[in-house]
Amino acid sequence: MSPRRHPPGAARKDRRVKPLDFVLVGVGGQGILLASDVLCQVGLAAGYDVKKTDVHGMAQRGGSVVSHVRLADRVFSPMVAIGGADFLLAFEKLEACRWASYLRPEGTALVNDESIPTLAALSASPRRRAQGGPAYPDDEAIAKALAASAGRVVMVEAGAIASRLGNPRVTNVVLLGALSRLLPMQEDEWHSALEARVPARYRDVNLRAFQAGREAVDQRSV
Amino acid sequence: MKRLLLGNEALALGARAAGVAVATGYPGTPSTEIMEHFARYPGVRAQWCVNEKVALEVAIGASLGGARTMVTMKHVGLNVAADPFFAAAYTGVNAGLVVLCADDPGMHSSQGEQDNRNYARFAKVPLLEPSDSQECFDMVGVALDISEEFDIPVLLRTTGRVSHAQSVVEVDPALFQPTPKDSVRPRTFIRAPAKYVMLPGNARTRRLQLEERLKRLRQYAETTSLNQTLWQDRRLGVVSGSIAYQYAREAFPTASFLKLGMAYPFPADLVSRFAREVEVLVVVEELDPFLEEQIRSLPALQGMPIHGRDVFPGVGELSTELVAGCAIEHGLLSPTAAPSTTASSQPVTPLPMPPRPPVLCAGCPHRATFYVLGRLHAPAAPAEAGDRGGERQRERVIVTGDIGCYTLGALPPLSAMDTCLCMGASIGTALGMEMAGHKHRVVAVIGDGTFYHSGITGLVEVVTSGAATTIVIMDNGTTAMTGGNPNPGSGITIQGAPAPKVTLESLCRGLGVQDVVVVDAYDTEAIRAQLERSLRTDDPTVVIVRAPCRLQVSGPSEQVAWVDPDECVGCEVCLRAGCPALTRAGDKVEILAALCTACNLCGQICPHDAIHLGPRERTEG
Repeated sequence: MSPRRHPPGAARKDRRVKPLDFVLVGVGGQGILLASDVLCQVGLAAGYDVKKTDVHGMAQRGGSVVSHVRLADRVFSPMVAIGGADFLLAFEKLEACRWASYLRPEGTALVNDESIPTLAALSASPRRRAQGGPAYPDDEAIAKALAASAGRVVMVEAGAIASRLGNPRVTNVVLLGALSRLLPMQEDEWHSALEARVPARYRDVNLRAFQAGREAVDQRSV
Repeated sequence: MKRLLLGNEALALGARAAGVAVATGYPGTPSTEIMEHFARYPGVRAQWCVNEKVALEVAIGASLGGARTMVTMKHVGLNVAADPFFAAAYTGVNAGLVVLCADDPGMHSSQGEQDNRNYARFAKVPLLEPSDSQECFDMVGVALDISEEFDIPVLLRTTGRVSHAQSVVEVDPALFQPTPKDSVRPRTFIRAPAKYVMLPGNARTRRLQLEERLKRLRQYAETTSLNQTLWQDRRLGVVSGSIAYQYAREAFPTASFLKLGMAYPFPADLVSRFAREVEVLVVVEELDPFLEEQIRSLPALQGMPIHGRDVFPGVGELSTELVAGCAIEHGLLSPTAAPSTTASSQPVTPLPMPPRPPVLCAGCPHRATFYVLGRLHAPAAPAEAGDRGGERQRERVIVTGDIGCYTLGALPPLSAMDTCLCMGASIGTALGMEMAGHKHRVVAVIGDGTFYHSGITGLVEVVTSGAATTIVIMDNGTTAMTGGNPNPGSGITIQGAPAPKVTLESLCRGLGVQDVVVVDAYDTEAIRAQLERSLRTDDPTVVIVRAPCRLQVSGPSEQVAWVDPDECVGCEVCLRAGCPALTRAGDKVEILAALCTACNLCGQICPHDAIHLGPRERTEG
């Protein structure tokens, strides 16, 4: 067997970097996996060891989707620990709450200000709805739940921004742009990772979405 | 060159690097992407087979024929392929044969969790377990070398968290070039009936030789670099492997480690030597206590403090915080020595969370059938055993289901599936229901891919039983659940090239079913009428409900459905279709144009004719 890239116990000495743990969550079909792929490439370009894991199978359409990204000198587990994430990047508000326990107390929740009702809650008969069963929480409950888990909460109207750009499908890239303002990596590293991952004919709208996401955070002067 | 690779992609690339020329498999999460990536390489043969048993039989043939071969499947797939798997341990191989099998601890997309390490010991086959993508890449080649050196198939077992994690792999860029690195020359087939023909007389000899091969493999396991020792603090020694090793390394940052990349045959001396150097031994492994039981049986370690299943759970996935938390609870780790993330985790006020399971896609061709089945009642006549007349009339049909996207038809609001056991089981289950007295009340549903996989034999049983079973084959032309993999009815290969097609209608007729009907999957009334007719007959009926998988249809539909707010009374009947394109807008219903595919199921079931189809541009403008 060829020698391991990392012999057990020998941490890479070429570069010391602050470890960063991310949890990306949302609803299947929102482009979460593309976003976490781009984040990984940016991490790799910045000299980190990178591991990522996410849900597969049954395509998870319309279901709750979570992707873990870990950047450090050397990463062991591909999964972020509960209470260990520096960033929760949420593409949908209910999913932000569902996975908020992954944040460390001083961690940041960056949340797309958009609600997608669950199908079961939506289609339940009025009688069944009256009997209870958890309904979609209201904004106040969501804000409270996020505040309880996160050191800071940054809401971005990523869906609305993407629609204004003429393509609701770039919501994920608006969020990445917003995230990029909160991270030490260079802007051009983000651009090249994005360009490598999106089809050429959607390059421009994605770069505009990325820029709009950056500006959305700047306007909040976080 | 550093590449960030999915474990499954690294396995495929590792197979290419090691000169694998033939790969077969059956798609199944978490194993599917191995074949998808491998099939893209030029100069190799890669093929999806109808089921895992056939895939392994083809693979054994390719190995005996002289090509380095890989076969891929998910954990439960090896149950299907168990028969040839056990036999191949006896016959051995010619060119290397590696069986890649992906377990699913935590059942992210499986009907059960099972620890396939047991299959290695059960079939007496060596077992290798990678813990990240780099090891996935490296171990395929090592497995093939072992296979050839010891004349035995090798089980390379991953888990979902290894298969579906991406991590950094050092690869030779030449591997991505169009010309494959052809370092391994094919072997020639050598006639050896005593080795390959398992008549009892030959098998008895091979059985003894298998023991000899295992003896030599045990010696190999003692010294191979697949098993690695890391000396740190000797007060605690951890034995682990696979993904559990990664969790343990993080949870016990200062402990000494014995990482078993080759977990069977079990390296007894290596483990004993390691254990004697440490004060307390901890075994960290997911699912079954596979290593622990072998370690506890070592005579040299009697009386030594050994921990494993007494500390860590044997159900579901482990994680760093779970390993650390359990270790702290049992005094094996001080809270201050644990990773900071574990110490800082805090309970958060729980907010009631409505679950969000995956759903059938907007425009899915299975939806209308389930909508009908969920509302279909058993016909009044003819009478049957145990019939209670009028009461029976009110009873909904029983739907025996199967494994595929359409298993989602069991979830509300469709709620139209009553059983689901394993691939291909729905037809046999329906036959059994019928035998128990529910004639004319049971409908078996099965996908086209699953029917080819192992539904065919169930249908043969129905025919020869003289039963009246009603079988719905939901034919969307693909194996949709694992990402749209071609099956014998798709007419394409894994590489996308045209392929001969098996026709469901002629296949079913050939098996002896007289009553084979094809219905449009979007025609709700036709499906209902046909099912009502089929349930009344005393002969077996196959109803093929056909339309292509919506994900295989390229581009958005030209039309969309829209709700006329003047006609909509907010009765929400359309929401019972469970379509993600439908949502509430105030006290009425609205259709999200971006998701709508104009399948018009909602239009068909709206009691107030409030839903219409129109050109997409107009509604989006």
